[in-house]
Amino acid sequence: MKLLRELIFPLMAVLAAFIVGGILILLIGDNPIQAYKLLIFSALSWPDGIGYTLFHATPLIFTGLAVLVAFRCGLLNIGVEGQLYVAAFAAAWVGITMSQRSAWILVPLCFVAAIFAGGVWGAIPGVLKARFGSHEVINTIMLNFIGIALISYFVQYHYKVPGDPIMQSSEIGKGAHIARLGKFIPGLPERIPLNLAFLLALLCCVLVYYFLWRTKWGYELRSTGASPTAAEYGGISIRKQIVIAMTISGALAGMVGINEVMGYRYRYYDGFSDNYGFTGIAVALLGRNHPFGVIIAALLFGVLQHGGIYVDGFSEHVTKDIVQVLQGTIIIFVAAEAFFRGQFENFSLFKQSKV
Amino acid sequence: MKDLFTTALLWSTVRLATPLVLAAMGGLLSERSGVINIALEGMMLAGAFTAAAVTWAVGNPLIGLAAGMTAGLAIASIHALVSIRYKADQVVTGTAINILMLGMPAFLSGAFFLSSGSTPQIPREQLIPRLPIVAAFLIAVPLIWYVMYRTPFGLRLRAVGENPEAADAAGVGVARMRYWGVLLSGILAGLGGAYLSIGQSSLFTRNMTAGRGFIALAALIFGKWRPVQTMLACLLFGFTEAISIQMQGVVKLPSGEDIPVQFVQMVPYVLTIVVLAGFIGHSRPPRALGIPYQKER
Amino acid sequence: MLELRDISKRFGAVQANDRVSFKVETGTIHAIVGENGAGKSTIMRIAYGFYTADSGDILVEGQVRQISRPHDAIALGIGMVHQHFMLVDTMTVAENIVLGAEPGSAFALDLNTAAQRIRSLSEEFKLSVDPNAVIENLSVGQQQRVELLKALYRNARLLILDEPTAVLTPQEVDEFFVILRGMREQGKTIVIITHKLSEVLAISDEVTVMRDGKVVGNVQTKDTNAAELARLMVGREVLLRVEKPEAHVGEPRLKLNNFSVSATDGGKRVNQVSFEVRAGEIVGIAGVEGNGQTELIEALAGLVPASQLSGSISFEGHDITNEGARSRRERGIAHIPEDRHRRGLLLEFSLAENSILGVHYRPPVTSLGNIMLDNAAIQRRVNEIIQGFDVRPANSELPARALSGGNQQKLIIGREFKLNPKLLLVSQPTRGVDIGAIEFIHRKLVALRDAGCAVLLVSAELEEVTSLADRLLIIHKGNIVGEVDPKVATIEEIGLLMTRGH
Repeated sequence: MKLLRELIFPLMAVLAAFIVGGILILLIGDNPIQAYKLLIFSALSWPDGIGYTLFHATPLIFTGLAVLVAFRCGLLNIGVEGQLYVAAFAAAWVGITMSQRSAWILVPLCFVAAIFAGGVWGAIPGVLKARFGSHEVINTIMLNFIGIALISYFVQYHYKVPGDPIMQSSEIGKGAHIARLGKFIPGLPERIPLNLAFLLALLCCVLVYYFLWRTKWGYELRSTGASPTAAEYGGISIRKQIVIAMTISGALAGMVGINEVMGYRYRYYDGFSDNYGFTGIAVALLGRNHPFGVIIAALLFGVLQHGGIYVDGFSEHVTKDIVQVLQGTIIIFVAAEAFFRGQFENFSLFKQSKV
Repeated sequence: MKDLFTTALLWSTVRLATPLVLAAMGGLLSERSGVINIALEGMMLAGAFTAAAVTWAVGNPLIGLAAGMTAGLAIASIHALVSIRYKADQVVTGTAINILMLGMPAFLSGAFFLSSGSTPQIPREQLIPRLPIVAAFLIAVPLIWYVMYRTPFGLRLRAVGENPEAADAAGVGVARMRYWGVLLSGILAGLGGAYLSIGQSSLFTRNMTAGRGFIALAALIFGKWRPVQTMLACLLFGFTEAISIQMQGVVKLPSGEDIPVQFVQMVPYVLTIVVLAGFIGHSRPPRALGIPYQKER
Repeated sequence: MLELRDISKRFGAVQANDRVSFKVETGTIHAIVGENGAGKSTIMRIAYGFYTADSGDILVEGQVRQISRPHDAIALGIGMVHQHFMLVDTMTVAENIVLGAEPGSAFALDLNTAAQRIRSLSEEFKLSVDPNAVIENLSVGQQQRVELLKALYRNARLLILDEPTAVLTPQEVDEFFVILRGMREQGKTIVIITHKLSEVLAISDEVTVMRDGKVVGNVQTKDTNAAELARLMVGREVLLRVEKPEAHVGEPRLKLNNFSVSATDGGKRVNQVSFEVRAGEIVGIAGVEGNGQTELIEALAGLVPASQLSGSISFEGHDITNEGARSRRERGIAHIPEDRHRRGLLLEFSLAENSILGVHYRPPVTSLGNIMLDNAAIQRRVNEIIQGFDVRPANSELPARALSGGNQQKLIIGREFKLNPKLLLVSQPTRGVDIGAIEFIHRKLVALRDAGCAVLLVSAELEEVTSLADRLLIIHKGNIVGEVDPKVATIEEIGLLMTRGH
């Protein structure tokens, strides 16, 4: 019963958002049913639809987890975008600088680079909040701009292939590549970029779950988010928790770089992130800030992401920006949960005492 | 170096600070009433886009300006409704609006103008002359100061942000005052955004606010939620932007090279972080800021 | 003047008021008594328009009236002074008083006219206060006067006062009663909500007793006494003092030496305090709230940064002044906090998760290399607490928020007692707790003392602290101004120390 209640409100939020989006599509002169059909079916075909959907979902699982860990500590990490860019570049840098090494050395090193860089970029606003009390929302947004500008500088002036007009770094060494899943799954061609990072993402979900709910560290983190004053009373250091949460959050965000650089483009490509950071916020909220909810929400948004590209190409007026519009609307409806709860208060199915 | 500090620089500062001041004043009204407004950025974008689109369509910048302010108002009404009536987390709602505004203008411009996010160029004569807008902000600040501290409306607004229970017990409608605060912030932020697209520039480009809404919020915090101090903070940020533009191509590194553009771009953002870290400790926000008001047993 | 007829109000699953009916005669002081949760605040808030009743009528001077918001009540001449003052700290007295009824036009606030009127009202009712003073700089007594002036400014003829003496010393209470009698002479009607029987008998003309949302009694004050009122309030014979055997006192456990706690603004909240607490005794600290007790206990629990402390605290001979909350708990110092919602519980978490707060980081709660939480061990622990301390409902998966105040408190007490503490710091243990639980908690505290624990008890309820403590210290403006033997000291003696400090 409780599970049903937990699912029903996000579901309604999604439905409501689709209705709003549908109205918008109507207003600009296209057929919403057609647009939505395109959106959904293009994402569910085999092998391309499902393959690409899962590929698009991978970074969203990472960013969703990143936002969720911070949220559980009472923090809103809007800096996921900057963290993942910095981390992706770090992974690429290692891959380029040590391109001659074998996979045994390079793969773990690139992993570490991405996780470390993301963690550091996340720790900065964490420390600023712990030490000075400055709000993480503004600091992370500022660091997004700073991080992206910084990396852009490095790529433009130092790591670009000379003469290449595209803003991207040179290729990473072969040893830093990680396998595409097409290698292991029959029927899935290797041209589809779905790679091992997807499995890593699923693993991270399990790890985050265990961390938050089965370890003492997770207990301390969640307590800080639930009630800092009570946590302090229980002997927990709030400052430490803030920094830890933001660092873990940044590290998770950083793993997006693994998917992108090591499993897909094999180089750093400026602007590779299709707003993964902000979508992560939607994913976390829709997934009720729970790792398993994040998987479902990420899959949904993966469908939207892939479908959006199709809709853009195949319909007259609708562009892929409809995806952002839907995302923003979904978050608003999820945040305004009270709106739906109010309507349901009268159904006896949902009447429970006090809880 | 002497060439840097000229009247042109002063004028630049004021000009660049204008959208910040307008948005920050809006933020002030909202936050003093107790509602966190992270969505200033989104409201500015709405204003910028609508003003540009309407001005191009109609040919009249004044109508475009009004349209921009209306767009800001519309977005603000979403924030107000969800935050006040449905008691959602105000930071989440604000962020959602910002995400919405990342996509909405591009979606609409794709539909109407078949472009990837920009509106078509507006001819020179149809733009807003700069002086009146700048004058507007110089009027807005004292006006808001007067309203906040010398009228009953302002007294009630401040009370609602500090201690909504007290205001309620005194017979002041808490929700009503907060709606006023948020809706007015939408109008002002929309005006600030409109200035960007049809005053300072001649079209709307994707994400043209580039974080100004957040900088305005930082200025508000730096200015301790007071009108005059906030205006000064905005001028400071305007100054850094003006200086960084002047520096490009003029100030060089010891080796003779130009400073990479990215570093110059970073300055306002770094400054915001420094300002927040340095001064936030002494700045006390309105006590009820961010806490949805409900009568609870 | 005011009549309430068959008023009912439900909050979710709780029937706060159940067909409440009574009359308040003009020009009288009418008391409404009942325990916490009896519904007395609710019914008067309905009369003031803060809440709306589900059913029933409100009659003002014989006429049925709709009161759906405070605005309506104020227009009918009803004013209310709440238990927790409804004042905006950063604004001045005048601004607070006129809020909602501002003189001048919509374009210009006229505070001078307001100040004049305030001064004349101050004179008339002997409520002296400076209209231009900022609220946060005023004392509690002065703030209360501002609240009264707020109601009088709006020409209130009926004043509702919710627990007005909670923050006053016995002497201030006498002065307050003089003011109330003065108002009655001037023709005002006063309704006073309280749970302090002695005050009801001292000041009121008529009493209405409420219990569990219903009116259970309505008498003229001169016709009744404390025992009868208490019995009506509770429904059975009430033990007004706890039975307690002789204390067997051991060696000193806690020693404070010239200990001070400063606040962030530099002012000293606790000033050069020295005393000790020995094993097997309960040391009580009596004092009006706001005299440093809160800061003292928080500092002793390790929740105040060392930079704000001076002097020393030693426990069992070790200097612990600079130790944090965790290490203090490890030494055997348990803490039952004053504010259980803020400090004592993680309201959204289950009872099980709350039961390990403070011990969550070491065995037996953890296992597998001291990292993983051992769910079986946690279940055992929470069940022991639930059984041993009669926590209801007995469901360890419920969120703490779902429990009543009394049960929440029992959970916290059970959790802290499970540490087998050597020193227990306890502050306001029975605030907001129903009488059945109060007796239970008192017995548990005495039992802990008898088992050899040292107990430091802070309470604003004089009856509680005098009946439980073996030694009683009185605190005033951060200083310990005296020590008395609670078995022989009189309320007057204690009250004097609480007010004047000597």
